[in-house]
Amino acid sequence: MAKQIFYEDIEEGAEIPALTKHITRRQLVMWAGASGDYYELHYDKDFAQSTGVPDVLVHGRLKAALLGQLITDWIGEEGRLTKLSCSYRGMDLPGEDLLCKGKVTKKYVKDGEHYIECEVWTQNPKGERTTPGTATIVLPSRGR
Amino acid sequence: MVSVDELRGMIGKEAKVEVTQIEKGMIKKAAEAIGDPNPLWQDEKRARKTKYGGIIAPPGLLITAMMSGSRPEGSMPFQRLLAGGGEWEFLLPIRAGDVITSTTALADVYEREGKAGKMLFFIFETIHKNQLDEVVAKSRSTLINY
Repeated sequence: MAKQIFYEDIEEGAEIPALTKHITRRQLVMWAGASGDYYELHYDKDFAQSTGVPDVLVHGRLKAALLGQLITDWIGEEGRLTKLSCSYRGMDLPGEDLLCKGKVTKKYVKDGEHYIECEVWTQNPKGERTTPGTATIVLPSRGR
Repeated sequence: MVSVDELRGMIGKEAKVEVTQIEKGMIKKAAEAIGDPNPLWQDEKRARKTKYGGIIAPPGLLITAMMSGSRPEGSMPFQRLLAGGGEWEFLLPIRAGDVITSTTALADVYEREGKAGKMLFFIFETIHKNQLDEVVAKSRSTLINY
């Protein structure tokens, strides 16, 4: 786990260290098992193609969970992810690199808590943002 | 075909209650399913030294394994269904041993004209409570029926 970051260390506009994932078909099946989402679109290529897509697709919620990991890898044990939201905008296929990225958009103190807001997204090899979203984080402060 | 007004009549009605028994194995499986090796989710000895005093569930457990978007039976008029997005609020840590009751209700429904004709957007909201009746999380999901 990365070393602890503090509210004071983070500037607006700062980039979150990117997380690179290489999603395999096996991982889609593992995620289907863990989630109980057995929709064939995500592991049966014939079925997927019959719906007009080129191959099985990476689950939207799997990508959302990866954005969760992007944040928890970054904020350390003392940080807290309080909110995550994203849209499943574009299709991602297994076998491709999926980049999880983010950027700090705002920092503020409210009710004694030190908040960081970020935009987060997954990015396909063409550089398109396939799962754009936002995350709200509480970080520890050096001040106490 | 069911009208948008009829569908709107279902807003706020509790569609589904799901009870999830949180277990270490389930947390491990959810972490492995996304390839997340963080010791906070898996290494009891290491996690005990943190402010949590033991293993907690990653945010991804809620996203992966817990109900947020059940559909009321028979209420979707079109054949195709697409997940549009999700939103999760994490209020309290979830731990192994917790029993989480997730109550999902339709929060909104509206119609949009898309390339493929009419599209219906269903927004479901889920409140997740633990065995102490504390709200541990809230989630919203958008399903597109077209």
